[in-house]
Amino acid sequence: MKFLCIECDAQMRFEERQQPGDGTFAAAFACDRCGRRIAMLANPMETQLVESLGVKIGGRTLEPEPMEIVRGALVAREGAFVDESGLSDGRVRPRFSDESQERLARVPSFVRGMVKRLYTEYAVERGIAEITPDVMDRARSELGLEGM
Amino acid sequence: MGPVSFRTYREVTGDDRSQLGEQVAAQRERVHDRLRDVTRVVAIMSGKGGVGKSFVTAAIARGLARRMPRGVGVLDADLSSPTTGRLLDARGPLRIDEHGVHPARGSGGVVVCSMDLLLEDGAPLAWREPASERFVWRGTLEAGALREFLADVVWGELDVLLIDLPPGTDRLDDLTELVPTLAGVIAVTIPSEESRRSVERAMRRAAQAGVRLIGVVENMSGYACARCGAIAPLHEGSAGSMLAETFGVPLLYRLPFLPGDSADRPAVLDALTASCLAALP
Repeated sequence: MKFLCIECDAQMRFEERQQPGDGTFAAAFACDRCGRRIAMLANPMETQLVESLGVKIGGRTLEPEPMEIVRGALVAREGAFVDESGLSDGRVRPRFSDESQERLARVPSFVRGMVKRLYTEYAVERGIAEITPDVMDRARSELGLEGM
Repeated sequence: MGPVSFRTYREVTGDDRSQLGEQVAAQRERVHDRLRDVTRVVAIMSGKGGVGKSFVTAAIARGLARRMPRGVGVLDADLSSPTTGRLLDARGPLRIDEHGVHPARGSGGVVVCSMDLLLEDGAPLAWREPASERFVWRGTLEAGALREFLADVVWGELDVLLIDLPPGTDRLDDLTELVPTLAGVIAVTIPSEESRRSVERAMRRAAQAGVRLIGVVENMSGYACARCGAIAPLHEGSAGSMLAETFGVPLLYRLPFLPGDSADRPAVLDALTASCLAALP
């Protein structure tokens, strides 16, 4: 998928992806010549269709989590999965919500792993099962991570 | 105002940042990498429901596990009506670590991944996404779930991974795209003419897709008396032999309906396994 600024006859640059949490999704593009910015707004059906494919508009910056689709979309039994990745003491590893994964994807790749680990440790210590943007905000404030 | 003139996708030569094609290719690569240590992937299929396909899959898996040193796995691709997990006494939860999702271990040491392990008892397959226009994305989502069962489960080293397909042929199409190296399919039928017609369609679809037809198992091929072992008719017809002849493949076994307390049960299931093992590529 490419976006073309017709006025400038120039390919627009992908800026960012947003998921407002209402089942829709948006992607912003900008023209580097004239500065015009546009947003592509997808309805819930279109959003779901893309997510069902397991692909990311704008490109994938994070490696997929194991069974990302099944764990994210299936109405599963309580405790169907036990996430032990990286935790040797038996504590459950928290899951990053779709919105928090979007935010994490915007972190520069060379520090993304460290940032993810910090958020994970913050959530594990507080028994938080799912890392949402709200949890990330609290973590940044409490841990002094502003800017991450 | 006249028509707007602008360049097409191919004429705009800059990078496609989304690279959806590459993302899909990467998904296929993950499936390939995950199955690298699996000697052969074999699908068990039937165009018709209710022929005992999952029972046959579980029986073959248990039998092969006794004869194959590297191990046997079963992937239950019947997402809506999963039963193989229960038939193999496999229980969740599924453990996740940095290597992926670890399959459950069922009877005979068979490793299993099935929706049966993930859904509440008696609950239908349901997705959290909006119900509106579900028909548009549901098939894609289920194909994605099958891909994750293949790519994200730590199957490890196996002599054979059996894929228990649901009735119909849609999932076979998904599977052949995801696993181009599929070693073949075993078709399961019951003796009836209705089953023959349905399974013939499924076998023809497999043949059209270039999938090797390993053979046919005729299930419920008579009723085995629990006391004397004599086989009495159960269904009219001879679908197994007719399908085998039509497609030029072996009729691997005629499996009678066996009461749970039948003394012949272990020997019969062993013979089924031996026949399938001999036919495996």
